[in-house]
Amino acid sequence: MSSLNEMKCCDKCWHDNTNQCYDLIECLNSEPKCHQSEECKSLLESKFAKLRYEKVEHPVIFVGAGTCGLGAGAKKTMAEIKRWLMVNDTFAEIVEVGCIGLCAEEPMIDVQLPGKSRIAFKKVTSEKVEHILNSMFDGKIPLESVLGQHKSETSENWQNIPFLCDLSFFSSQTRWVLRNCGIINPANIDTYIAYGGYKALSSALTKLTPVEMVQKIIDSGLRGRGGGGFLTGKKWKMAQDQKEEQKYLICNADEGDPGAFMDRAVIEGDPYKLIEGMTLAAYTIGASKAYIYIRAEYPLAIDRLKEAIIQAKDAGLLGHNILDSGFSLEIVIKKGAGAFVCGEETALMHSIEGKRGMPKPRPPFPTQAGLFGKPTVINNVETLANIPEIVAHGEKWFSSIGTERSKGTKVFALSGNINNTGLVEVAMGTPIKDIVYKIGGGIPNGKEFKAVQIGGPSGGCIPASHLHIDIDYESLKTVGAMMGSGGLVVMDEDTCMVDVARFFMDFIQRESCGKCIPCREGTRRMLEILDRITTGRRTTKERATLERFQSIMQLKGLSSVIQDTSLCGLGKSAPNPVLSTLRWFKDEYETHIYEKKCPAKVCKDLLTYSILEENCTGCTICAKKCPTNAIVGSLKHPHYVVMDKCIGCGNCYEVCNFEAVLFE
Amino acid sequence: MTDLQLNDILGKYAECKREYLIPILQDVQEAQGFISKEAVQIIGKYLNLPSSKIYGVATFYNQFRFNAPGRYIIQVCRGTACHVKGSSNVLDALQRELKIKAGETTRDGLFSLEVVACLGACGLAPVICINGEFHANVDNAKAYQLIKKLIKESKVEADNVKS
Amino acid sequence: MIKIEVNNKTTEAKPGEYLLTTLKRLNIKIPTFCHIEGLNPSGACRMCSVEVEGIPGTVPACAFPVYDGMKVQTHTAKVVNARKTILELLLSNHPDDCLYCVRNGNCELQTLAMELGVSERRFYGEKNNHKLDTGSPAIVRDPAKCILCGKCVRVCEEIQSVSAIEIIGRGSRAYVGTAFDEGLNISSCINCGQCINVCPTAALTEQSYIMEVLNAIHNPKKVVVVQHAPSVSVTLGEEFGLKAGTDVNGLMTAAMRKIGFNFVFETSFSADLTIMEEASELAHRIKTGGALPMMTSCSPGWVKFVEQFYPEMIPNLSTCKSPQEMLGAVIKSYFAEKQKISPDDIYSVSIMPCTAKKFEAGRPELSNSGIPDIDAVLTVREFAKLIRMMGIDFKQLEAEFPDNPFGDRSTAGKLFASSGGVMEAALRSAHYFLTGKEMDNYIVNEVRGQDGIKTATVKVAGQELGIAVASGLGNARKVIEMIKSGAMNVHFVEIMSCSGGCINGGGQPLKACTEDIIQRMKLLYKIDKEEQINVSHKNPSIVRLYEEYLGEPLGEKSHHLLHTHYHKRDVMI
Repeated sequence: MSSLNEMKCCDKCWHDNTNQCYDLIECLNSEPKCHQSEECKSLLESKFAKLRYEKVEHPVIFVGAGTCGLGAGAKKTMAEIKRWLMVNDTFAEIVEVGCIGLCAEEPMIDVQLPGKSRIAFKKVTSEKVEHILNSMFDGKIPLESVLGQHKSETSENWQNIPFLCDLSFFSSQTRWVLRNCGIINPANIDTYIAYGGYKALSSALTKLTPVEMVQKIIDSGLRGRGGGGFLTGKKWKMAQDQKEEQKYLICNADEGDPGAFMDRAVIEGDPYKLIEGMTLAAYTIGASKAYIYIRAEYPLAIDRLKEAIIQAKDAGLLGHNILDSGFSLEIVIKKGAGAFVCGEETALMHSIEGKRGMPKPRPPFPTQAGLFGKPTVINNVETLANIPEIVAHGEKWFSSIGTERSKGTKVFALSGNINNTGLVEVAMGTPIKDIVYKIGGGIPNGKEFKAVQIGGPSGGCIPASHLHIDIDYESLKTVGAMMGSGGLVVMDEDTCMVDVARFFMDFIQRESCGKCIPCREGTRRMLEILDRITTGRRTTKERATLERFQSIMQLKGLSSVIQDTSLCGLGKSAPNPVLSTLRWFKDEYETHIYEKKCPAKVCKDLLTYSILEENCTGCTICAKKCPTNAIVGSLKHPHYVVMDKCIGCGNCYEVCNFEAVLFE
Repeated sequence: MTDLQLNDILGKYAECKREYLIPILQDVQEAQGFISKEAVQIIGKYLNLPSSKIYGVATFYNQFRFNAPGRYIIQVCRGTACHVKGSSNVLDALQRELKIKAGETTRDGLFSLEVVACLGACGLAPVICINGEFHANVDNAKAYQLIKKLIKESKVEADNVKS
Repeated sequence: MIKIEVNNKTTEAKPGEYLLTTLKRLNIKIPTFCHIEGLNPSGACRMCSVEVEGIPGTVPACAFPVYDGMKVQTHTAKVVNARKTILELLLSNHPDDCLYCVRNGNCELQTLAMELGVSERRFYGEKNNHKLDTGSPAIVRDPAKCILCGKCVRVCEEIQSVSAIEIIGRGSRAYVGTAFDEGLNISSCINCGQCINVCPTAALTEQSYIMEVLNAIHNPKKVVVVQHAPSVSVTLGEEFGLKAGTDVNGLMTAAMRKIGFNFVFETSFSADLTIMEEASELAHRIKTGGALPMMTSCSPGWVKFVEQFYPEMIPNLSTCKSPQEMLGAVIKSYFAEKQKISPDDIYSVSIMPCTAKKFEAGRPELSNSGIPDIDAVLTVREFAKLIRMMGIDFKQLEAEFPDNPFGDRSTAGKLFASSGGVMEAALRSAHYFLTGKEMDNYIVNEVRGQDGIKTATVKVAGQELGIAVASGLGNARKVIEMIKSGAMNVHFVEIMSCSGGCINGGGQPLKACTEDIIQRMKLLYKIDKEEQINVSHKNPSIVRLYEEYLGEPLGEKSHHLLHTHYHKRDVMI
């Protein structure tokens, strides 16, 4: 429940949710608009300060309870905190927040003691809770678990503890979309408003016409963050110009790209920003109904959204006659049912309509005839979450950051072989190198960097030689990658690039909808070719050898036909992972093809296992664990591997305690 | 699933619009674990949709099953980050240990093994999800342990039922 | 008109039309697998890819609207290579059994492979494995040969509103199937065979009975009787290279005798018989306040459609058997008695434009005393095959006449082949039955032509008679819904399952275009205009049959032999 209605300064304020005041947000943020009273002004200020936890009267413990936090054990941590508080008969407010972005350090908690700034602790598994809380409430800081402190202007900052914003993970970021993530309570709209939320909507509804809104977004230079990079304002204008009574807005939160979780984190951490952005977008294009198409695999995000919609409605910021402006909007959540192709606009609309999610040819474009045949705008989560920022701070502010044609910031899900896995947001134009090394903290275990995969199954791999390239829609294309939705997977020397290509091809061909022939049959044949390259050590047939030798040529030939003729974006971009790895890592392909070896020792079928006699003690553990009985030998005597039986599973290597198992 | 339960689900969707087909199927699967032939026919009558269309829609999406799943549904994330960190080994190990392939259910009805495109928890890669609970940084050994734990758990349960 | 440039030549195009339509008009041949005239484009097969200046990659001509100043290249190296590659990809997932395939020599995939010069196997890999579905008495599905163009699914849904089949699964594992992969025979399939007509390969074919028929012919104990439906003589010529709209009645009769059929009868004769019964039934229902509107029951697809989707409308169906079954019934009774042959020794074959007739022949309620009235049904396509198999040079035959007692027909019976024909024939006789006078002008223009739904009000004996004619079951569904809602108030409704009627039936020669159907229809009207006996009740053989055997229409014998009842059918709808 929103407590906004209880936030009345005095009886003179007549706002309630049946009798709305269009000045509500402005009033809350500055001073009462309908009457003058210093007392009321300070009352409002203090309420907001309280909601922002600027000054706390009792200890507050913030628990990072996003999916990644929960996956790392935040639930147990929270239970332990509660237990500790009970046992120690101590009171502290527990606030669940979203993910601040540093997944690698989850579970994370922040502790804020009265009068002091908020300290963030990392890797707080349940067993560490006792020590941390004991120390904190004892006035000592368990430094080994501290990540840093939130800089505070209203409370006293701790001595000798680094500010979070000075950590290299945060200092190189520009957090606009993620501003509130991990800070606010995502289950309480009041905190969002207290942090400046809904100012944008309030001012747009009262001061901007939809035409002015469109111009603002066009001028800001915002481009779709879902992949294609189409100018958002232009798309809106196309829909706005349609003379239909009924129009729709769809938020695409079907983050199907494996290796991306930006949308999930944004929704889990700050759902109101998305809802405010959607309301602004719907107001601009003239839609009275909006859908959020979200993956069913994101139950927490769905719950957060549901709750947020209820609260926004309750506060009069959604639903009928929003802020007494005459504009109404209904938002409906549609759970996706698991189909990557539904990221494609026309497929997504079919899915909402209850049909097979198959794309259809354009024209007509969704902005002309989309959902249920009506003009429809589809934007992704990040695009929409940018809108309140642009409206609140101005288009000039927004376009002041970035490159010539790519403005603002971009959120990335940084994962793979990198120290600081997590969610990061950087200004457009930031070199990828900075993301990997400054923010990401480089490659773990002293391994060598090999490539970064950007853009998911439609994107490509960027090798070390091109790491200096900037984050920019156009420049990424020059190296055969694309912005995509924001998955950024770092790969180290132990990654086989042919295997990566095979992985994406496998994904694409499983997710191909099957409607058009080039994508359906072509991706399958490409996968089979890659399969033959990464396996087939034992085949010596002439035809098989010939096929191997032809594979690169065939991959290229098929790629160009698939790119040229496929029906939708999924098909057209399907060959990208293969083409980009072929471009930068052709030597790896050739080693696989001609020498039948996998340099990164990943492609199991090309590996040969052997046992080093000197090291083998004959403990028999490898023989016991071998699923195909390919290891023979007697107790206390060196064993050996029967090549023909070995399937290359690697169990023996894993279990051997004497480093006696070798493979190449 | 009884007709009554199904009627409850259908009752939530007062308008008979095709738009509600996927939500109804999702509700049915949540209630009975899979989509049965009978349910499809009843839904078809309710929404005035041929059952072939419903079957076509249901088979299009990864989410829907047409056979009862096992007691434990193990989902192996095959996202990029998980792949780079070795999830294919985990999948292989699970397939070997359970003696089933992805998409199948063990004969005793205890385990179903599924592959999902991405669970969106890339920071914890490789991830597997058992009955909705995430397990982070899983390697072969951890996977084996989890299976053993679950088998034990189910045995205890069975014993409790007996006594 | 707008100007576009095709292969460097400026030409005109209609605004809003799809590029493929323009190219077709310009006689530029663009291959396509998934395009269906008159339906929204699906853009699935990508064979019609062409290059348009300013657009990267290629665009599908079938789904791309023309625009002023558009510059198109239809046969660049890029698109020809793309088409060939796409085709090779299809072939890489296709069983290599052309020599053993029903569609050998008549397969769009095969033809295109030849035209595009496919001569080596470039792509290898796993092929989809699917089970044959042979359970239906009418249609055989072989999903292994399916190229997923989706035309069958669209025809079944958009034209027929049946949706027995749908694309199941996704990606390379997708296939065309029924709900829960049941056999077609327990699905809602109404056996119309329209899916076969649009199938580019042998993924959908008719259940063939050629061998059964041959065995009967070669069995000396059997008297093999053949009847051919009104539309067969109108279309069979096309199988032998004659142009659409050529009547081959005499040649066909000669071919039947050559094949070894002992008696050749015309189903048009029993169409006249149907009119005698049905017109009387209509008059009776109007007089006695029976269930109205009365709906025809000649089209077996339609009958099953009513049984499963609208069982509440079964009382409205005419109780008359279809012409095929009426003739089957009198062959094994009247004719058998006359010839002094045991009905058991008669093998009754019918050549039909229809696959649903195969299903109809097997209906238990349509057999007298346990033996089926019709033993085997062949489609026009199968019959053409039989002619070829028997080494007959069709075009060189001398025309012959059919046998008595079921060889005469009126042109009214012949009109059954086309949508509106049953209505026209029935009106002619009903007028006579009710007034005792012939109509001044037999032609009822309102029920002629290609429209899917045709309605009219005609005056018979001072009474206004509301009539409706629909072809294609999607249109039939609309008519039923209108009747049920009260939006349509008529006395008599003619429904044919296939658009345009039997001349476009699911057993007709393949690859007919709309123009061919129009030519077939025109031929029927020409026959009606040129011949002398234009009403069923003046067919001398009909008159004799009633005198010698049946007595009067709706009499006891008729009731026993020529009428039936239908029942609600439970299928997986």
